[in-house]
Amino acid sequence: MVRLEPRTEKSVAAPFVVTALAIALTLVAGSVLFLIYGKSPIAGFKAFFIEPLQSSYGIGEVLLKMGPLLLIAQGLAIGFRARIWNIGAEGQLILGAIAASMLAIQFDGSASPYLLPGMVLAAAAAGMAWAGIAAWLRTQFNANEILVTFMLSSVALQLLYYLVTGPLKDPMGFNFPQSITFSPAATFPILIENTRVNASLILAFIATLLAFVFMQRSLPGYKLIVGGLAPHAARYAGFSDKKAVWIALLIGGGAAGVAGAGEVAGPLGMLQRNISPGYGYAAIIVAFLGGLHPIGIVFSSALMALIYVGGDFARLSVGLPGAVTTIFQGLLLTFYLACAFLLNYRIRTTRPAPAAVSSSAEATP
Amino acid sequence: MTPLLKLTGITKTYPAVVANDGIDLAVLPGQIHAVLGENGAGKSTLMKIIYGVTEPDAGEVEWQGESVSIRSPAHARALGIGMVFQHFSLFETLTVAENIALAVPGRIVDLSRRIQDAAERYGLDVRPDARVQALSVGERQRVEILRCILQDPKLIIMDEPTSVLPPHSVAQLFDTLRALAGEGYGILFISHKLDEIQALCDSATVLRHGKVNGRTDPRTETPQSLARMMIGRDLPHANHATDISTGEERLGVFGLYHTPDDPFAAPLTGVSLTVRSGEIVGIAGVSGNGQDALARMLSGETVLPALQADCIQLDAEPVGHLGPANRRRRGLHFIPEERLGRGAVPAHALSENALLTGYDAGLAHGGFLDFGAMRRFAARTIEQFDVRCGGPGSAAQSLSGGNLQKFIVGREIELEPRVLFVSQPTWGVDVGAAAAIRQKLVDLRDQGVAVLVISEDLEELFEIADRLHVLFRGRLSLPVRATQTDVERVGLAMAGDFGQLERSHEPTTTPTEPDPSNEARLHG
Amino acid sequence: MTETIVFIIAGTLAATVPLLFAAIGELVAEKSGMLNLGVEGMMATGAAAGFVAVTLTGSHAAGFATGAGAGALLSLVYAVLTTLFLANQVAAGLAIGILGLGVSAAIGKRYEGTTVDALPKLDFGPLSDLPLIGRAFFDHDIMVYAVIAAAIATGIVLTKTRLGLVIRAVGESPHSAHALGYPVIAIRAACVLFGGAMAGIGGAYLSTAYTPLWAEGMVAGRGWIVVALIVFGSWMIGRIAFGAYLFGAVSLLELSIQGLGVNVPSQLLSASPYLITIIVLAVISRNPALIRLNSPMSLGESFRASR
Repeated sequence: MVRLEPRTEKSVAAPFVVTALAIALTLVAGSVLFLIYGKSPIAGFKAFFIEPLQSSYGIGEVLLKMGPLLLIAQGLAIGFRARIWNIGAEGQLILGAIAASMLAIQFDGSASPYLLPGMVLAAAAAGMAWAGIAAWLRTQFNANEILVTFMLSSVALQLLYYLVTGPLKDPMGFNFPQSITFSPAATFPILIENTRVNASLILAFIATLLAFVFMQRSLPGYKLIVGGLAPHAARYAGFSDKKAVWIALLIGGGAAGVAGAGEVAGPLGMLQRNISPGYGYAAIIVAFLGGLHPIGIVFSSALMALIYVGGDFARLSVGLPGAVTTIFQGLLLTFYLACAFLLNYRIRTTRPAPAAVSSSAEATP
Repeated sequence: MTPLLKLTGITKTYPAVVANDGIDLAVLPGQIHAVLGENGAGKSTLMKIIYGVTEPDAGEVEWQGESVSIRSPAHARALGIGMVFQHFSLFETLTVAENIALAVPGRIVDLSRRIQDAAERYGLDVRPDARVQALSVGERQRVEILRCILQDPKLIIMDEPTSVLPPHSVAQLFDTLRALAGEGYGILFISHKLDEIQALCDSATVLRHGKVNGRTDPRTETPQSLARMMIGRDLPHANHATDISTGEERLGVFGLYHTPDDPFAAPLTGVSLTVRSGEIVGIAGVSGNGQDALARMLSGETVLPALQADCIQLDAEPVGHLGPANRRRRGLHFIPEERLGRGAVPAHALSENALLTGYDAGLAHGGFLDFGAMRRFAARTIEQFDVRCGGPGSAAQSLSGGNLQKFIVGREIELEPRVLFVSQPTWGVDVGAAAAIRQKLVDLRDQGVAVLVISEDLEELFEIADRLHVLFRGRLSLPVRATQTDVERVGLAMAGDFGQLERSHEPTTTPTEPDPSNEARLHG
Repeated sequence: MTETIVFIIAGTLAATVPLLFAAIGELVAEKSGMLNLGVEGMMATGAAAGFVAVTLTGSHAAGFATGAGAGALLSLVYAVLTTLFLANQVAAGLAIGILGLGVSAAIGKRYEGTTVDALPKLDFGPLSDLPLIGRAFFDHDIMVYAVIAAAIATGIVLTKTRLGLVIRAVGESPHSAHALGYPVIAIRAACVLFGGAMAGIGGAYLSTAYTPLWAEGMVAGRGWIVVALIVFGSWMIGRIAFGAYLFGAVSLLELSIQGLGVNVPSQLLSASPYLITIIVLAVISRNPALIRLNSPMSLGESFRASR
């Protein structure tokens, strides 16, 4: 007989098992998907997960996409642990990109070493401000932050469209909806020769370190976690829930904003209509898949980046549609949530007994 | 006569404990049969087995002479076993009739008539179209009983039905139960209150540590003999220093008014009290009369506007506008009645739970956690307060209710309170731990701490409190010395009649009357 | 001017159909305590599947049935995650939202940009010929009226029937409902599936009747507006329907303003439904007592039967 029992102590191994299981199940489901498309699963997986890692170009692309995912997911995970659901990182990224671009355009031709740091700070501030709207509406009016952050993303996209077709459009750009190309002082230096990997990746790793210290070692981080796990206990202890909303949304917005700067001042080199292939949404999955833990997120962001790059490879070499990437993302989160059950419950095999389904929680009435 | 229900050798084992061990029990029609035992004796498990919530590992259940295996509560009801729960399973947003309709087939219109008929017959006065939210605890219990009766049961299980009632409602409930028994219903009455069982029941089965420890006609016993059967010794009492404190006033509440967000919660109207160093002040009353709002106001979980800050004073300084953390810094520590989820974070280890209120006491430095100090603090609390657990790394949710309460009480005492405010200190705690917790409160009082206790348990309050108030519908009675009143007068006050109680109020112990101008401002 | 008014009324009635169908479904799911945020994905899947079915069979009935089935199938994933695996409802909703967008894109890939015949309009005889009123109210396909009937029926079931009573009871306290012997998980799952089917029908209406073509991303945030509509309507079907028609009108206003040649950046008009949603959300939510009184008490909480 198999039975489920609530865990009374945290398991060290469970988080790893859960993630590995989720990935394995996604691969199984992926094979079925490849077969539906009439492709050999082996060829499909080779294109998706092996080929990108066989060339320095492929590895470079993976690292390039890992940067924003890592950065945003670290910010979001802090909010998620406090049960504050910022799902509008895409919009906060766009605002960051816009703010960074405005500086780059304003100071076009400047060679000042302060320009790039200034752009990063402006981007962080813009992302925070955009998320701050949701924090303000939640704390002042009790408006649901899930809906507000999502709606603000849609608004941000329209704002971007307006700016690139109007005020920030390159006057010499043949009416293309894009800004001027940024000068070198307004772009991140390349880290690895012959790739597009740039110094913004370092920012992502610095963010990881900060997130680790904040969530695992600091008192404010502890307060956020308590607020997420047991809101009544947080109120009892005197941890302000409004403060938690502000901190969570500002951190998430700031990180996403910086990621936006990383895109326009990195691989794009300009502001344009398409600045993110859905990093803000994919980062939600990255955060969960990493167990909302700063270290776990490093690995899950690498995996998600690989799926992005692999999707491109598979489209070119095997002819799989781009939608497969989105399906993979959805499947990963779905299977992760199913497997995450094992974080709180353990499977016990017992000898058949008349009362096999029971829980120890009932033992002490 | 064939018994309605006959249990033979019922055994149920959980991973940690044997909850029921070879229990035999028989209930006859028309009999009011008590199942008596302290918390953790196995009463709840036995009821779950009878009601089909849990299956026994071994033993036989006979219903009206035939062997049955009760698979689910629905099956139990189909057989004719009804249950009135201790913590009501009513739906707050639905009406009385809707609540009953969920358990009884038929059109709601027809049902309303049946409800009124049954209500009249058994003295269970309640309006079918009233929303449960707006009902008092006693009325809710009447709805539960009506719901049970209208399912035409033969046996009714009453799980600790009086624990939520003021004394005068208890008499009314007993009249109802006697009327039911008179019509041939069998009643299984679960309780640990000896006097009630003596007043009501004509037979009793006493459980102890999961086993039957005696069978008797309670009317022929004394409370002492029943108590010995139940806990193996006489009821424990806390040691109480006898002198009445004249220490300085630590906590003062002056004309406190508050209407909670919840539209159905009792608003506090002009609550005044003082607690001095070296005394225990008790607040009696049935839950739902404003205890929750009062607890939140005093702990700081709900804060007052700055203008009314002086309604609550610590050491004669206004603190009404301060949150829990700031009040704790001034020496006011609070222990809430909900242990899991409010007093402690269920998934966190005890060392992390030490941080919950102890982060100002050297467990964190400069905003960073000191894991060593957290562990040491938790280990010290575990040792000094005899908390049975795996150690500082054990998750709060893995502890039994009594042990977790000992940890939380210990944590707050370790943090050296000047005022300790406890709500329902021994709810759902086994007798041993309850006695230990009461003793700690008394010790603290003797060390000069001001202690305020909200409790539903009158015995407990008479045991430890120096002065008593009663809270009824948001109004707080004047204080009286515990030695100069009795259970009857406090009982009357719990039903709203403060007159008898307040007659023994001594003006010398009056809390400072609220400043009239302050009063006017609050009403204006 | 009257022309514009007729255009707005007629257009509003049609534009609201997908919103209201999905909102009816989401209301029932939320009433049982299930906060399913994957409406966008369910609508998209229903739209793609419904479109393919109409293309292949030529039957709109088959299209709506397929759309409903596809939406329900996706919501089944959510139901399994939240009821059996006790996953967080917010995360599970996001998961099927993303999954639905991917699946819809994959299903519709081959049909990108193609069209089908729109759902035919009903003929009310002389009523349809009435001046102005005829074109405003009696010149529509069957679903414009069906959604109103569905809203009324749902309202009656939820407030007046035993089934509705059970759903509300489960939504308030799954543990108490379980104690009374109701199959909480099955009831919640059924409500979620109903929600998925209704969202699928709403999506299918978009792709086979409202704008009878398939384009990836054509649901365009409507699923999220539906979730917001439930809060606007304080979980009451009448208010939700009112809100849905208001939003239908807003989307029409956008077209009308452009048609009138008013000089407003098109992006501002495109952003207006979202901006309005945010503002209304803040106004409605600022009264916590209202939300507390009307929202299902167990909304968003997972339930595990204890034995």
